[in-house]
Amino acid sequence: MTNGEAYWKKNLNLMIVCLIIWFVVSFGFGILLLQPLNNIHLGGYPLGFWFAQQGSMYVFVVLIFVYAAKMTKYDKEFDVEED
Amino acid sequence: MTLRMTTYIIVGLTFAVYIGIAFWARAKSTSDFYVAGKGVHPVLNGMATAADWMSAASFISMAGLIAFMGYDACAYLMGWTGGYVLLAMMLAPYLRKFGKFTVPEFIGDRYYSQSARITAVICLIICSITYVIGQMKGIGVAFSRFLEVDFATGLFCGMGIVFIYAVMGGMKGITYTQIAQYCVLIFAYTVPAIFIAFQLTGNPIPQLALGSHLTDGSGMYLLEKLNKICIDLGFASYTAQKWSTWNVFLLTFSLMVGTAGLPHVIMRFFTVPKVRDARYSTGWALVFISVLYTTAPAVGAMARSNLLHTIQTGPVGSPTGNLLYADRPSWFTNWEKTGLLKWEDKNGDGRIQYYGSNAAFDKKAEAWGWRGNEMVKVDRDIMVLANPEIANLPFWVIALVAAGGIAAALSTAAGLLLAISSSISHDLLKGVFMKGINEKQELMYGRISMTVAIIVAGYLGLHPPGFAAQVVALAFGLAASSIFPVLMMGIFSKTMNRAGAIAGMLTGIGSTLLYIFLYKGWFFIPGTAPLPDNASHWLLGINPQSFGAVGALLNFVVAGLVAKATSSPPEHIQHLVEDIRVPKVAGFAVGH
Repeated sequence: MTNGEAYWKKNLNLMIVCLIIWFVVSFGFGILLLQPLNNIHLGGYPLGFWFAQQGSMYVFVVLIFVYAAKMTKYDKEFDVEED
Repeated sequence: MTLRMTTYIIVGLTFAVYIGIAFWARAKSTSDFYVAGKGVHPVLNGMATAADWMSAASFISMAGLIAFMGYDACAYLMGWTGGYVLLAMMLAPYLRKFGKFTVPEFIGDRYYSQSARITAVICLIICSITYVIGQMKGIGVAFSRFLEVDFATGLFCGMGIVFIYAVMGGMKGITYTQIAQYCVLIFAYTVPAIFIAFQLTGNPIPQLALGSHLTDGSGMYLLEKLNKICIDLGFASYTAQKWSTWNVFLLTFSLMVGTAGLPHVIMRFFTVPKVRDARYSTGWALVFISVLYTTAPAVGAMARSNLLHTIQTGPVGSPTGNLLYADRPSWFTNWEKTGLLKWEDKNGDGRIQYYGSNAAFDKKAEAWGWRGNEMVKVDRDIMVLANPEIANLPFWVIALVAAGGIAAALSTAAGLLLAISSSISHDLLKGVFMKGINEKQELMYGRISMTVAIIVAGYLGLHPPGFAAQVVALAFGLAASSIFPVLMMGIFSKTMNRAGAIAGMLTGIGSTLLYIFLYKGWFFIPGTAPLPDNASHWLLGINPQSFGAVGALLNFVVAGLVAKATSSPPEHIQHLVEDIRVPKVAGFAVGH
């Protein structure tokens, strides 16, 4: 495997993990598991409702920054960083 | 000072700033014009993207939609933000690495085909024009309301302003203007929300206030009390799901994929200096967008709650429990004048009964002598604009909201117009039909096509082919079903070829257009729809708004099958794909 392929593989693995989390918080907690989660409360928020209208958006932001930071690390590790 | 005077001053000041920036940052080269010379800092680019993205629909309509839809509006909230995750991981860094100006240019090179490029231009123009029509309408409404002129005059003023800074400045002017517009619009959105959150719950942060106790002495949570009054008045519970899970799911998915496929958003990530910046820039864009998108649910719920409690002053069903029409507050009178709020005294008691309908509740309502819901019209779009008036906030806050709404509409229109003009001048003229033109001529054609686009969009904005929401849904569906899949396959598959990409784009855009036209009328012309637009006639219960997800799926499947049956792409294309996947060829490979 060349350096480029190894880097791409790392990128894909990271992306898949991020997208699984992306799917679980929005489609999972916010839509498919709405009813069971709504029995739990977060202050005045039913939990499923909170994920649908607040929480998933916070998670999206965190996901992108985690992805960007990890990729910056991989860029260095595989020596493909731009000058 | 009157409200009108204050509005003129604040809106006028913001315009002076936008035009000043356009002069300062005017484009000198094609690179400045299309991609701002690739020199925009990622945080600033994120801010500009946020302004580009958040249109009059986000600013004015979304909180109103949430107020009346409750939980179900999460499809818009998650759909319009979740797409950025796809952008950051699947498109933005690689397209930046590719390093050209436009989306069709990538498609043309990656699929080694002028036909693919032209197909992409057509898809792009269809999406952008449909989207810009809605914006032009928003601009017309905002200008006419706050400058107190008729709709057409308002629209012409707006076109003039967009013309000055978009045509002169190109991407460079637009980017810096959008940064200013973001500041105006976010300030205008959050200030009233903070005031109202504090009034209702004592917590000034809207995102927390929505989950807090009320300070009215009831000891109840805001959402708990809102649910109670909704149910007491025969409406559906606010936090409950009303649509089918299937449609919430599909609409969210369509909007996410559509967001990641909108050319004017993708284009923004060509403007940053490096691949790394493209990733961070997407993150920053989402941060700036989320400030508004997480505030909106609070604005929606508080607006709904304020509205219901203003009208239902006492216990439900008691003869004196409803507001006397003669005692209605001044904001009520003001909005009645616009025709967007309407009351009819159906039972002749001089009081306002505003309630929903279900079998059990209808009987009770009849026993109380209520003869039907008397608020015959409560336009959703007035919620954000009326909010500061409902909460009795000072004039400058109301004027600020006007300036914010206009900023949102202008920034999005400018971004879309740039996407259209660059695809015409750069992809069609320079790329295909007039290969010999030099940079100066290309810049001139870019400006001419933008001028034409403004005129066309203005004309269509005066005579929109349908409701803004339908048009916007079409734009997203089209972007989701045509542009996103070919871009993604172009990066993630080395074997995807020319025939597959073209077949995929045509299938995606064709099936989505067809499905929407079947229920909404051919080219949106009223009365021409072959099938009635309701759940029992939808294919598998799929709402036409949500069909983009299915169109995208068809695009992937058809492209995959066609690519399998035809020859794989040439060697140099496979190298091109390998090349865009890494920010730079590895250090040891270039041998230092």
